[in-house]
Amino acid sequence: MKETGFYPGCSLQATSREYNESVRALARHLSLPLREIEDWNCCGATAAHSMNHELALALPARVLALAEAQGMEEIVVPCAACYGRLATTHHTLVTDETLRQKTCDTIGMEYSGKLKILNAVQWIEQYVEPLLANAVTHPINRKMACYYGCLLVRPHKVLQFDRVEDPQSMDRLCALCGSEPVDWAFKTECCGAGLSISRTQSVGRLSGAILSDAAERGAEAIIVACPMCHSNLDMRRPAANRSLGQKLDIPVLFITQLIGLALGIPRKELGLDRHFVPVPQW
Amino acid sequence: MMTENSHTPSPAERLKACSGVDVQLCYQCGKCTAGCAMAPEMDLPPSFLVRLLQTGSPAAYRRVLESRSIWLCVGCEQCIGRCPKEVDIPRLIDCLRSEAQKEGCVSPEASDIIKFHKSFLGSVKRNGRLGELDLVVEYKLRTLHLFQDVDVAPGMLAKGKLPLIPERIKGKREIDEIFKKSNA
Ligand code: SF4
Ligand code: SF4
Repeated sequence: MKETGFYPGCSLQATSREYNESVRALARHLSLPLREIEDWNCCGATAAHSMNHELALALPARVLALAEAQGMEEIVVPCAACYGRLATTHHTLVTDETLRQKTCDTIGMEYSGKLKILNAVQWIEQYVEPLLANAVTHPINRKMACYYGCLLVRPHKVLQFDRVEDPQSMDRLCALCGSEPVDWAFKTECCGAGLSISRTQSVGRLSGAILSDAAERGAEAIIVACPMCHSNLDMRRPAANRSLGQKLDIPVLFITQLIGLALGIPRKELGLDRHFVPVPQW
Repeated sequence: MMTENSHTPSPAERLKACSGVDVQLCYQCGKCTAGCAMAPEMDLPPSFLVRLLQTGSPAAYRRVLESRSIWLCVGCEQCIGRCPKEVDIPRLIDCLRSEAQKEGCVSPEASDIIKFHKSFLGSVKRNGRLGELDLVVEYKLRTLHLFQDVDVAPGMLAKGKLPLIPERIKGKREIDEIFKKSNA
């Protein structure tokens, strides 16, 4: 089987460790080879993007160039925010020769642009989904609201992933795990993203609206593929509940955790005990 | 007649050169504002911000630079996704943020957001990767919001989500070089 490069990014080393753990658990369980990019750096996230355009290109460019130099043809980037930064940088570098040269000079490395960049859902579709029909041993017969957020689907022109307003890929994966995806209105609304610390009340307002629609539609959990979405909906639950004046306890799972459960992978290996809002035994 | 070299570009020209966006394309349908998650908290909703830029007036431009909107925008790309004229508002806002910093007219209400970005980049500069604790400590020192999030920190520690020592990459010198060359 073809080896896929792996860019965890900073969140997956800390606040979203369980995302890292569950991606690796899936790969282990299904014997899918993943190789971490050696000596990767932070993609710069919203901070570089907001403050310094050059830095916002150079930091992701070093990661892409490292992957190429280490012989990788494709990489998976589970964090949707990192994925957005890496994919947008790749797009800029392959479409703008002047910027490519300038950026390569800044990082002191070459980048040919042949690398393929996958988000978590694309990696699952490509490698996990074909095996699911036979591998699901513990179907999770629950109603799920799949939340895609912003950075998995936008900007559509660059990412070309799924449908921009009503994406379906995670809904389909949920169904394959035995769950029933609900139809709801907040699939691609913003959760407040990087404002978690600097403007917690905004995140509370936006996450509150998302949680409340999911709960009203009867969803028993929200399924995500982004560490920022996860921490805004899970760790920032007190702020969301304050904004709603309610006490919602709907859990939030990474798509990799849901699939892992359906495959019968133990909860601990999937990091399910690391959530702030407890995940019930299904 | 002025020679080409002596022509100082107007703010509107500078913005166009930086962003590649033609604000005149906008016909004020308001879809961007309707879809923007942050619009309810903005002083200038996205469509109004574009309208001000369309006028080309220096006072209107100044008002945009001083706005808190350009710092509240989270770059979610909803507006451009829905804009019938594909006016790239987040790209415009990227350029406006750097102009506002250069001009020294950053909205005081954006101060926490900017301190957060600076603390984030500070940690990345020191380690090559983000150390969450490193970031939070610097942010608290910059803002003096010393007791913020003391309620979530113990939970994060207990759940193994707050490593005490930041990971430092081997290519630290390359990262230093990148920051230096980017003037960051
Ligand atoms: S959606 Fe586009 S055309 Fe409509 S008001 Fe906004 S920027 Fe203008
Ligand atoms: S990118 Fe900025 S202006 Fe556009 S919808 Fe998102 S927050 Fe609003």
